[in-house]
Parts: sequence; C-alpha cells; structure tokens
Amino acid sequence: MTAPRPQPPIAMLAELTHRCPLSCPYCSNPLELARQDQELDTDTWVRVFDEAAKLGVLQLHLSGGEPASRRDLVELVAAARQAGLYTNLITSGIGLTQKRLQALDEAGLDHIQLSLQGTNAEMADEIGGYRGGFARKMQVAQWIGEIGFPLTLNAVLHRRNLHQLPRALEMALEMGARRIEVATVQFHGWALKNRAALMPSREQARDATRTVAEARLRLKGQLVIDYVPADYHEDYPKRCMGGWGTSGLNITPEGRVLPCHAAESIPHLEFETVRRASLDDIWYESAAFNAYRGTDWMAEPCVSCERKTIDFGGCRCQALALAGDANATDPVCIKSPHHKFLQAAAEDFAASTDDTLTYRQLVKAPV
Amino acid sequence: MEAADIPALPRGVRLHYDKIRQAWVLLAPERAVMLDQIGHAVLSEVDGARSFGQITAALAKKYNAPVEQIAEDSAGFLGALRNRRFLDLRS
Repeated sequence: MTAPRPQPPIAMLAELTHRCPLSCPYCSNPLELARQDQELDTDTWVRVFDEAAKLGVLQLHLSGGEPASRRDLVELVAAARQAGLYTNLITSGIGLTQKRLQALDEAGLDHIQLSLQGTNAEMADEIGGYRGGFARKMQVAQWIGEIGFPLTLNAVLHRRNLHQLPRALEMALEMGARRIEVATVQFHGWALKNRAALMPSREQARDATRTVAEARLRLKGQLVIDYVPADYHEDYPKRCMGGWGTSGLNITPEGRVLPCHAAESIPHLEFETVRRASLDDIWYESAAFNAYRGTDWMAEPCVSCERKTIDFGGCRCQALALAGDANATDPVCIKSPHHKFLQAAAEDFAASTDDTLTYRQLVKAPV
Repeated sequence: MEAADIPALPRGVRLHYDKIRQAWVLLAPERAVMLDQIGHAVLSEVDGARSFGQITAALAKKYNAPVEQIAEDSAGFLGALRNRRFLDLRS
C-alpha cells in the first residue's frame, strides 16, 4: 500500500457512559449498552485526553449516554482543558445542578450542547421517557444562560415532533443560543427499531428544509442553523463523519476506538481499545480505521462516480444494514440499486399507523 | 463593518496555536477554523478594545500596505466570522 499518511483527527467524541436518565427511542448508542462497571476510570480518560491532544485532536465532545451521570465529570473537564482541548459537553441537562454548572465553569468548560426532545413537556417527556425532564431542562437552560456558557440547542426531530421546528427556533433565541442543530433522526441503533413510529413523511421533510432555509436568511448573524435533513428522502448520501478515518474518532465507555459511533454494527471489523494500544497507533495503523479510508475499497457505482470524494459512498453502517454489504453504495444514493426499495420503505414507514415507541433500555447480555 | 465598530471574540472562541499542524487555529463551538497568515494577523489585533478603524490602520502600518485594501480584506474576513457567531461587534 502506498497510500499517503492520513491527516491527524480534529475531533474526538468521548462517550463517557451509556447510563442516562432518558430512554429516547432514537438513541445512537448501540443496542447492547455498556454497564457502569465496564466504564473506563478517571485516570484512563485523563490519559486518553492527553494522547488525543498529542495526536492532533482540537475538539473534544463529552457525550454519553448522559455525561453528567459520571461523578467525575468536573475532574474530566479540567483534565481535558489542561491537555489543551476545546471542551464541549453534550447533555440533556438532567443531572446538572447550578452548583455543578459553576464547577464546570471553573474547570474551563468551553461550550454546552443541550438536547431538545420536544418544545413542551407533553412531547419532550414522552419522547425522552422521563416525566419532569422538560421542566428540569428549562431550569438548566436558565442556569447556563446566567453563567454565560456558549450554547447550542440540539433539536432532534422526527414524524412526531417535526411540526415543532418553528417553536424550537424561537426557543434557541430565547435561551440566547448562538447556534441550533436541527437534526432529523438518523436511523441507526435504537432508531432502526422505531422507523415505523418516527419516519417523517416526504412533506414533513420538505417543510423542514423550507423552514430552515427561511430562518437562515431571517436570523443571519444572530442564530447559526446546522441542518441534518431526513436521510431516507434524499437523493445523495451523507459523508460519514467527514469521511471514514479522516477527521474524527469515537471512544466507547469501555474504551474501544471507533471511526464512527455506529461502527460496531459492522461485525467483521475488530476495534482496538485504549486499554491496550495508544490512540496514535489505533488512528494510523489499525485495520478498522484503514478499512474504508480513501476510495480503494469502493465497488461500482461508487468507483466511477464523480461524487466519490464528496460523500465517499455515504455511510458504511447504513450500507450494511440496508444493502447487506458494508462495501456497497449507501442505499440513500440515487445510483444504488437498493435506492428505490429504500424510498418505498420510507413511504411505508411514514404512512404507518403504528406509533408504538421502543425505548432504549439496558438488556442483559445472554450468559 | 464601520470604522467605529469594536470587534471582539465572544466567550468560547479563542486563538490556539496547533503544535501538531504548526498553524494557528480559531477554536469555536464545534468548529476549528485553520487560519492563514493574514487571518492570524487580523485576529491578533482584535482585543475587544480597539475599533476596526484603529486595527486596520495598525495593520497597514505594520505591513506597509494601503489601508483601503487592508480594510476591505479584513471586513470580508471578520464579517464571515461574525455571520457564524464567532465574532461580536460593539459600537
């Protein structure tokens, strides 16, 4: 192989824990959740942050599960800043008290991304599966504003709550957020189980795109809007993580290092752990990170496609889940032979009258 | 951008020297903007106290360049940062 040496990663997502008070039916965590006694300890995370900074990571996203469920969160934030990383907390807000937020401020936390399950208690608490969660979140948002943390609101949208998008935009302004992520649910992990209940209709997806375009003009310079459209209704796939092994990496609560958060759904890949190898070795040398780097692994129609270095054939996990082959073109792509089946399935799911939600839960692994 | 406007980096946006890539970077919420020499020179003058007019005059003197040209380039660069909420303007 004479492939050029990959660039160092820019961002690292540290899934500190899979524990979470919420049980959203679209959770991006794997179906088999890590238990608390499997989680990396404080010292190991601190070492990993240091290794990440030395590897070239600039942005650290502390996520989960709910990262506030880790009792050592403040200590971890302080260590991440000490290592020189820009530190972002991705949270539902549950588990953050005013005192803890002040401690995070003193530890140097740079930014908070607060998730939004709905724009009122009725919706948010049903989707999150946690009564009182919305009221708690609104209180946390107020404390965040009082301390002055830069804030991004992350509105996760699907068939049930897409009509709340205009209100979510207003709420971002009211909270003083500089940025909102309008993220239509992507169907991986738990969401794959809930396609019948969550798949938006084509009209909803179109309305959302129009609302975002209009709001971007109206709120220019005031609120930045990042938009993740409804994947199944698009004609071209998304570039996974900016390209497999090109800009980001993900650490599971147990310490496995993944090119994206869903990569463990590809069964033939083996993932190294920070318990046994350095991040540097894993990033540059491991088989999993090299598996889908660049374009050499591609088959047709990707090989001869002019978009192959734009979207890199889309999402490998989705190719496996929907086309049965992780090397195939992402079926979202109009050039995929599976595209028409995917679109038909999306219409069927969207028209489904089955609104039953399968909430995420810790399932004991069979002994 | 007016000469009297005072640009400032808001909380959560900061200059960082990236030792691995040997380049200056502007770190912001969930973004890292790689800076070229000009970008770094302009942002190095942004201190939340001096006005855009004072900054461009200082840059023109430092780099021995026409102030109109510096002002035009800097306004484009800072305006783009402002649209992304990486820069505040006070007057």
